Amino acid sequence: MSSIIFRTSAHIVTVLMLVFSVYLLLRGHNNPGGGFIAGLIAVIAFALLMLAETPDYVRERLIYPPPAFAGSGVLIALFAGLLPLFFGQPFLSGLWLGKIGSPLLFDVGVYLAVIGSVLMILLNVEEELS
Amino acid sequence: MTHWLLVMPVFIPLLTATACAFSFRARALSSVISWSGALANLCIALLLIQQVISQGLQVTAFGDWQAPFGIVFVADLLSASMVLITAIIGVAIVLYSTTDLRSKPFYGIYHSLIHALLAGVMGSFLTGDIFNLYVFFEVMLITSFGLMVLNANKQQVDAAVKYVVLNLISTMVFLLAIGLLYGATGTLNMADLHAKVPLLPDTTMMLISGLFLFGFAIKASAFPVFSWLPASYHHLPSAIVALYAALLTKVGVYALIRVFTIVFDLVDSGYQPLLIVIAGLTMLTGVLGAASQFHIKRILSFHIISQIGYMLMGLAIYTPLAITGAIFYIIHHIIVKANLFLIGGFLQRRQGSDNLRELGGAYRSMPWLALLFLIPAFSLAGFPPLSGFWGKFLVIKASLQTDAYLLAATALFVGLMTIYSMTKIWAEAFWKPLPDNAAAPIPLTRMENCLYIVPIAALAVLTILIGLLVEPIYQLAEVSATNLLNPQPYINAVLGSDSTAYSTLTIPSAPAGGTQP
Repeated sequence: MSSIIFRTSAHIVTVLMLVFSVYLLLRGHNNPGGGFIAGLIAVIAFALLMLAETPDYVRERLIYPPPAFAGSGVLIALFAGLLPLFFGQPFLSGLWLGKIGSPLLFDVGVYLAVIGSVLMILLNVEEELS
Repeated sequence: MTHWLLVMPVFIPLLTATACAFSFRARALSSVISWSGALANLCIALLLIQQVISQGLQVTAFGDWQAPFGIVFVADLLSASMVLITAIIGVAIVLYSTTDLRSKPFYGIYHSLIHALLAGVMGSFLTGDIFNLYVFFEVMLITSFGLMVLNANKQQVDAAVKYVVLNLISTMVFLLAIGLLYGATGTLNMADLHAKVPLLPDTTMMLISGLFLFGFAIKASAFPVFSWLPASYHHLPSAIVALYAALLTKVGVYALIRVFTIVFDLVDSGYQPLLIVIAGLTMLTGVLGAASQFHIKRILSFHIISQIGYMLMGLAIYTPLAITGAIFYIIHHIIVKANLFLIGGFLQRRQGSDNLRELGGAYRSMPWLALLFLIPAFSLAGFPPLSGFWGKFLVIKASLQTDAYLLAATALFVGLMTIYSMTKIWAEAFWKPLPDNAAAPIPLTRMENCLYIVPIAALAVLTILIGLLVEPIYQLAEVSATNLLNPQPYINAVLGSDSTAYSTLTIPSAPAGGTQP
């Protein structure tokens, strides 16, 4: 993985893929996409960066450790489910403010949970192997 | 209020699990979070059962998508009492593991996984959708696998692999059955299935219900497919094995009871004679396996299997009294079995081993623990007036009423053999003097002793209470059983009073749907 072409382009592609993953996350309500698939694409972006550089490099740029992403993702998703209960509606009902609603919040939670948990596995495996 | 009460038993454990995972480095903090989560859950469970008793069935549809199209959570009396008993066990295990797992690394992660497991168990009890049941089974499987391999040595990983492979087969078969059922009927809601399954061709129904029976039998550790349980349980830390012993197999039995009363009729499905044989052999093999063992945890693990036989026997006989007995037996068994494992774990902690050859003299050093052991041990064996007596009494009476004399004789013989095993633990661990080659007991602090004894004593008191206040619990089980065998109120509550509109709908592409691939 010492090819200079790969290492240079990996940084650019990573950024592009992260933007694309956010795009997929936002269009997920009515079109193909959503939190899970967007999270996986974000993980692939980080995996590319990890191959080009080192696992530690990725960890530094994430600022928070991957389990924190996973945990906060679960919390956000749970909160999105809980929210309609305060308005007397069943768990997980959609609450809408124009086009933005609690399903989006749920998807963001799933997005973060997927990034956190898959990245945690990936980084640990890579560190064990090398 | 209904919306809150039905979701909270799953929501609170999940929230606690996440909070514990965040604070896994701070032992004291994660203990406090874990305790408060377990206690909050107990309060919710009490509120839920109070609501169900006073107002009848409670239903909530997720996302406001009404059944049969959306996923519903339904709390009838059976679900509510199972949730309550799970919450009680949750509190006991969390208290106990505060001291039992204290020395382990990743202490907070243990608590996190325990709560996630509780969420899976609660969800399985509450859901009214058969695919959702599968999802919660997966939650249980993944978290229990996590608990098994945390800080694992070689033996534990070996045990975990056996456990996971066999349980994965079970969930795969379960999933296959769900797929076939959905293909044949076009619905996954249990109440809706009740109306549509009788319209299926006999062979289709027999195939699908057979797959369900096989899948759940592995989960419940019934006769030919129980080998994962004795292979894996005894390697686990005591607090964890008590949790598994109390809840995991019982979820399998609960699923069997739920599916073979509301979805399929056991008699119509044609598996009743088979289940009677399975029940008898499960009892017998479990108790004989226990007789040959010399480690407390192994003896108790085999006894789980033999006790599962009694519950299956209740379901197999399929009269209201028998199912009442099965439900009563589950309630009794969860508490007693957890308690025995907790006591075994305490002995193991003090002596550093659960091998009966290296134990002894516990009666001299801890007479109160000996007393606390006698209560669940006698209850397990079925001494009146303890809870086990009533459970056995009900299922055996039901079997005599239906002229299943051989089954009744087996049940009585197994009770006798249970006394043999319990006496063995009593004589070896408590009565005989400490052998010369045994290590000196590890002294525990007052606080540690207290944290061990409080859950043990609380569960023992509950055992006595169930035995003495048998009437209200019998009634609870009886009403649950009646509702299972005559599920019209359940169906009306889930599908709305105009449920005939759904039940008269023809099955899509039926009856050809059953024969197409």
